[in-house]
Amino acid sequence: MRHRKDHRKLSRTASHRRALLRNLVTALFQYERIETTVAKAKETRRLAERMITFAKRGDLGARRHVARFVTRPEVVRKLFATIAPWYAERSGGYTRILRLGRRLGDAGETAYLELVKTASQKEEALKERIAAAEAKEKALKGATAPRKAKSKTKEEAAPAAAEEERPKRGKKRETEPAVAPGPARKPPKRSVTTG
Amino acid sequence: MAVPKRRHSSTRGRKRRTHWKLAAPGLHACSHCSSLKQPHRVCPNCGYYDGEEIVVPRSE
Repeated sequence: MRHRKDHRKLSRTASHRRALLRNLVTALFQYERIETTVAKAKETRRLAERMITFAKRGDLGARRHVARFVTRPEVVRKLFATIAPWYAERSGGYTRILRLGRRLGDAGETAYLELVKTASQKEEALKERIAAAEAKEKALKGATAPRKAKSKTKEEAAPAAAEEERPKRGKKRETEPAVAPGPARKPPKRSVTTG
Repeated sequence: MAVPKRRHSSTRGRKRRTHWKLAAPGLHACSHCSSLKQPHRVCPNCGYYDGEEIVVPRSE
């Protein structure tokens, strides 16, 4: 009988499953939005919400309990210091699952699992993203300028900030066309065929 | 061990399988870009869900 067995096994052994879910919960608190499968998102959600409830309690016992589960100490600090205050007024429902559709390869149904945020928080995030994009543009322009030392530091700082916000797909396409149009590629091919 | 008593004709198997049918996915027009999308999912065309959620701006 499967009466009252209410969690998914996710095709893993108990220890493997626990490790996976700990990593997913930690990633969720770190990045605030993660992409995974719907089944994993639903399992992660229940544990993540439990952790947030502990974080709202805020005492040392709660902190130790969370620290036993969340894999990274700095994420525990973030959870108690910044995430828990967001939900002071909210009793549960701290996360949201947005279904994305099926992925290529195994047709697994994917979803975003994200921390619910207020409209003002979203606006701020959008502003930050725009600022990061502008900084990146500036850095790219600065790279052509003769001042080497300054442009270098800008280059290093700005793309790092922008990369976090940007999806990987967008970035690939930027670099690929630069490599693809290839009269430069053809000569080595010829040499291979003749030799 | 249990074993089939009689030969199973190909017709018999095929007749049973006449009830295996593919169902079309339920599709409806996206409220933002009005292209067809599956319900309760982020629109793969415009990346919107529930009015304003910009989720995937994977343009071009």
